[in-house]
This record gives sequence, C-alpha cells and structure tokens, in this order.
Amino acid sequence: MTPEEIKNPCNIVAAKPRLLNDNTMHYCPGCSHGVVHKIIAEVVEEMGAEHITIAIAPVGCAVMAYNYIDVDWIEAAHGRAPAIATAVKRLNPSRLVFTYQGDGDLAAIGTAETIHAANRGENIAIIFINNGIYGMTGGQMAPTTLEGMVTSTTPYGRNVELNGYPLNITDLLARLPGTCYVTRQSVHTAPAVRKAKKAIREAFENSMKGMGTSVVEIVSTCVSGWKMTPEKANQWMEENMFDHYPLGDLKNINKL
Amino acid sequence: MARITGAVDIDRERCKGCDLCVVACPCNVLALQAKDVNDRGYHYAVDTTPEACIGCAACATVCPDGCITVYRVVDKS
Repeated sequence: MTPEEIKNPCNIVAAKPRLLNDNTMHYCPGCSHGVVHKIIAEVVEEMGAEHITIAIAPVGCAVMAYNYIDVDWIEAAHGRAPAIATAVKRLNPSRLVFTYQGDGDLAAIGTAETIHAANRGENIAIIFINNGIYGMTGGQMAPTTLEGMVTSTTPYGRNVELNGYPLNITDLLARLPGTCYVTRQSVHTAPAVRKAKKAIREAFENSMKGMGTSVVEIVSTCVSGWKMTPEKANQWMEENMFDHYPLGDLKNINKL
Repeated sequence: MARITGAVDIDRERCKGCDLCVVACPCNVLALQAKDVNDRGYHYAVDTTPEACIGCAACATVCPDGCITVYRVVDKS
C-alpha cells in the first residue's frame, strides 16, 4: 500500500482537534501547556460542549489560552479565576465552566480564591498546571518549587529554612468536603496523556452534573525555566517531581 | 494475520522541533531535520523511515502543538 493510499481522510486516527485553532502557540518547544490545551479541546469536542463552555484564563504563560482553544473565555486577574468561575457558574448553571491555572496563579496569588471556591463546593472544574516554577516571568521560585530546586531566585536551591516547604495544594484541596474529584496526572508519555484526558473528561462531567469542585493537577515541565531539553525535562520530572507529587486519584466520590 | 500500516503527516510550519514525538515513537520512524529549518527557524520533525510506521499515534498524542496527523490501515486479508 502506498503512502498516498494510506493518507486518506477516512484512515485518520489522530489529528489536531477542531477546537484547537490555527494560531501558532507562543509556548516554548516541548511545553506541557500545548498538550493540555490539545486534550481540553478534544474533551470539549467529544462532549459536544463547545457552545456551552466558558473557560477562565489565568495570568501566567497560559494567559493567552483564549487565542488557541475555540470556546468562550474570560480573562481573570492574577489568581482570581475560581472567583470568576464561581460567578459564571452560579449565573449560568447549564454551562460547562472550568478554570485553567498555573502553580503561581493557583497556589500562590490565588490560594484564598482556590481554597474557598473548593470549600464552597462550586460546580466548576479546575485544571492546575504544576511545573514548580513561575515560567512566564523568568523561572522564579513558586510555592510548589521542590526542596533544593534551582530557580532564578533560589540560585543555590530552595532552602526550606529560608523559603519554606513545597506546597502540595492538591492534597489540601482533597481534604475539603466541597471537592468531588481530585486527581494528579501528567502528560509526559502517550499513556499518561490518555489518562489525563480521561481525568479532564470526568472533571468536566462532574461540573455538568453539579457534584462539586473537581481539581485536575497536571504535573508539568518548564523547559525554559528548568533550562533543559524537553526530553531531559520529562526525565527530570519523573525522577524528582513524582516523589513529591505522586500521580493518581486523591479523591473520587464517584468511586466511594 | 492482520497487517497494520500507518503513515504520518507533519505540519512542518507549525512544528517547533521539540523532539518529543521522536522520543515517543516506538518504531523510530521520526527524526528531526538535521540541517533544514522551517520559516520560524526550527528543525522540524520528518518521517525518515515511513514504512516502519504502525499508526499507533503516540507521536500525535504527545505533540504539544498538534502538528501530526496519523493514518492507520488494517489489512485483514
């Protein structure tokens, strides 16, 4: 069979999702944001929810996510995405509302909004991209930075006596009664991407069913902030990040 | 026995040459262009041994920019 015969539209098994538009993403080569954008676009498309989806963009690298996924977006002030999502979901309960936030946005500046939205059990889904660093502003230390991790503001590694301990905010959120589904995933390999996609789908479905807050943490890489190649960054993440941020479901009330 | 053949189409202008698809490919079909670059200066990915492709879509799954289209044909004869 010639390649031309194989390359027939009826044989397509994977392609760029329709909701991911043609704008070239501004993310660095190999950035996990691109993969997560892609799986969100796929999930919204598979759910047939593109006309009822309202997404809340964060401040951080993903600040211009509205340029890439073809659904309705609102840009929130730094860290305030869960507060905006609360208002949107309460006013439009039939809509699929999710926030897309990084660790500087969700775990530092927006800690109060995140914890209170989850504690109120707002029917929103929170997609949390945790790469342990402030990627957009130049790789500064974030609350989620690992102990001993070198960043531009901790050039000798994070010292817990000076800088405190890495904040595992997803574990905190799992303890709140308002959350229905809290999971930690990654997108470093093809099976991991498929699992993450399933988790996002479950979170979105919970949001539509009104079961409470769903949190999907995606442990990610920051190739520029970590100063590694994408392949090296994935290896480093497997060796170091997964010890402190182990993958798997932390809470799922559907499976109790 | 069913024979599976695959093929990939790479949007070379969208590709940023991150190498993740090359790492993910179980059949070593893909490689980055050693010398050529696209309009934005990246060494884009190409299928150097297209006959080895089994259409598993691992490359398209890990691609951060969604530049890969994967085709698969299962020949049951």
